[in-house]
Amino acid sequence: METLIFLIPIAFGVAALALVAFIWTVKNKQYEDPKGDASRILLEDDDKPL
Amino acid sequence: MDIAAPERSAADPKAFVRKGDKGEYNLELLVKGAKCVNCLGKIERGVSEIPGIEEARLNLSTGRFIAGWHDKNLDPAKIVQKIIDLGYGAIPFQSDIAQSVSDTEAKKLLIYMTVAGASMMFVMMLVEPVWLAGIFGEMGPGTRTFFHWLAAMIAIPAGAYAGIPFFSSAWKNLKKGHANMDVPISLALILTAALSLWATINFREHTFFEAIVMLEFFLLIGRYLDHKLRQKSRIAAQELLALQAVTANVIQGNGTIKSVKVSDVKEGEIIEILPGDRIPVDGVVIQGVSQGDFSLITGETQAIDIGIDSHLRAGSLNLTGKLLMKATKVADDSFLAQIARLVEAGEQSKSVYVRLADKAAQLYVPVVHGAALLTFVGWLIAGRGFETAIWNACAVLIITCPCALGLAVPAVQVVASGRLFKNGVLVKSGDALERLASIDYIVFDKTGVLTRGQPNLINRNEISDENLVAAAMLARASRHPLARAIARLAGPGPSIKDAQEVPGYGVEADVDGVKIRMGRAEWVGAQSDNSETEMWYRKGDEAAVRFAFSDTLRDDTVATIVKLKKLGMGIEVLSGDKLGAVEAAAKAAGIEKFTAGASPFDKAARLDELNAQGRKTLMVGDGLNDAPALAKALVSIAPGAAADASQSASDMVFSGENLNSVYESIMVSRMAKSRVLENFWFSAFYNLITVPIAIFGFVTPPIAAFAMSMSSVIVSLNALRLYKK
Repeated sequence: METLIFLIPIAFGVAALALVAFIWTVKNKQYEDPKGDASRILLEDDDKPL
Repeated sequence: MDIAAPERSAADPKAFVRKGDKGEYNLELLVKGAKCVNCLGKIERGVSEIPGIEEARLNLSTGRFIAGWHDKNLDPAKIVQKIIDLGYGAIPFQSDIAQSVSDTEAKKLLIYMTVAGASMMFVMMLVEPVWLAGIFGEMGPGTRTFFHWLAAMIAIPAGAYAGIPFFSSAWKNLKKGHANMDVPISLALILTAALSLWATINFREHTFFEAIVMLEFFLLIGRYLDHKLRQKSRIAAQELLALQAVTANVIQGNGTIKSVKVSDVKEGEIIEILPGDRIPVDGVVIQGVSQGDFSLITGETQAIDIGIDSHLRAGSLNLTGKLLMKATKVADDSFLAQIARLVEAGEQSKSVYVRLADKAAQLYVPVVHGAALLTFVGWLIAGRGFETAIWNACAVLIITCPCALGLAVPAVQVVASGRLFKNGVLVKSGDALERLASIDYIVFDKTGVLTRGQPNLINRNEISDENLVAAAMLARASRHPLARAIARLAGPGPSIKDAQEVPGYGVEADVDGVKIRMGRAEWVGAQSDNSETEMWYRKGDEAAVRFAFSDTLRDDTVATIVKLKKLGMGIEVLSGDKLGAVEAAAKAAGIEKFTAGASPFDKAARLDELNAQGRKTLMVGDGLNDAPALAKALVSIAPGAAADASQSASDMVFSGENLNSVYESIMVSRMAKSRVLENFWFSAFYNLITVPIAIFGFVTPPIAAFAMSMSSVIVSLNALRLYKK
């Protein structure tokens, strides 16, 4: 039972991380133009170094 | 009418530039025809190359393009021209309409939904061991309470956050003295949370924490789908509205021409109208000769001669010559505005329609509240104490919570409109499908609906290939609808560059010293018996060639009418065209009842009459003259080539050549309605079984969770059946 003290917070942390990440993608307008975003990766001259 | 569409006079983009707070300028355009990655790259790159442009971004999913810059001397017409030069259509958006490009409401709902979903999974992870341990008796009360506390710590804040849409809507309605579906939902959520917290504090065995977030999760899926659908229709309607934004070229005192928004044109101002332009406001011609296409206004297909003192109505198309016109009525009281007012009046009378989902909610809310109250009172009377009574009443609220009901309608409408969209039919509002399913009487316009709405050559076999090819070269240089018909038939090819349009007569050219003319019989030098719409072609001294035209029926008109009659529909034709043309078309299509020469007001009156007789009417029309009738009808469908006002007045728009889309839409709407009703029956049946269980106090958290998810899944799967034929 002692492992619960570690496992539950870890599980909670992972779930919370996923949730926060998803909310960030929504707020970052990543779902506004799914078709365009899928195509942009194919544009050659958009290929700037990171 | 697609003869008119390509030459639409683009609005001057200057009037549509939006100035931002930081001195930046933005122009929003609706780009047509951009479908692939190459289009995206070409357009963005092309516009970025214009000096001064800082931002150029195309949304490929919605077709909207935004350009941004700071230089106030930059001419926005360059941007539009650039996109048009690249081969795409670009229409400036009215800035006040397009303000809300980014859909914040959908984003919020999506976030609420995710929070509910994620916390549902996490709470279930904590609660499930408690259930299992309950069966096998392996968990002490201490551990159990610890798990309950953990569940409470997640479910209560998450539930409070994800419940905001329900609480706020319920509160708004309660303040006004109504009770909508959100009232029992909010009540169930708050009661469940309070009781579960109380149970945790008092070391009870069961809590319903997971039910709170699960309920919210399923309901939010329904809300999100519903919102997306409405948003899609709203955007479609906005785009149609934006297309109507046209400008007029007003000649000012010093002789210069200024582009002005139609609403700013004043009475008495002189307006220049180039060949191919739409007439912006009503007016009288003071200079120039031309021909006009009035088909969108009167339904007449023949081009009509325009000379000095001709009265022109806003919305008609100038075909062959340049005209100067004096505005007689400004935009507010033009013919177009009268039509718009009729449309508005028709739409207001339509809004009394009660949606199926609202009807279900009206029935549902009192029944659920009554059942919960009876349970509470019943258990008190039975003498089992306050705690048992309130627990069981709460269980009734949870188990009846309309997850399935909330999904029943939106899920079906999303699938149905998705299926129609694939077939080229755009559904502008969800309840249009419901209304369409009930219709029993169809009124068709003739021009552009039963027929193609454009002249087609009917004596092809009398004309040699050689003559057709030669005539087509000349025809491509003209805007006249008959010339366009020849050019269309001959397909793409060269045109004669220095051809001269002679307004009112035809088009002529000199090729290697030989005069070629195409146009009226007398002008070309031929004898005409004038029985049909015709055009003559003559090269030098050779014999004149006759091209006869008629507005032929669509390929599938006859078959569609037969199918519609089989459904038991009453069908009639209501047209503004001349008696002969209407009679011929109606007979050919197999329709017995027809009216010719009907004005827009006659058409609207006829629809009123039919509605008063209790007929459930569907109006299919394309002209401006149909717009009031479209708005009056219970449901209306316009072809994609229709006048903009008609498209925005109608509930659905079908693209493509097939009238069968009308039949297809009716069939899909009927299937959708039966799916919705099945879903309602299933929800009722589900409640019939689960409510007694809850009333008698047998509902435990696992039962509630299972029942709620199963009913939602079944309803969604039933909606998906619509995809199959």
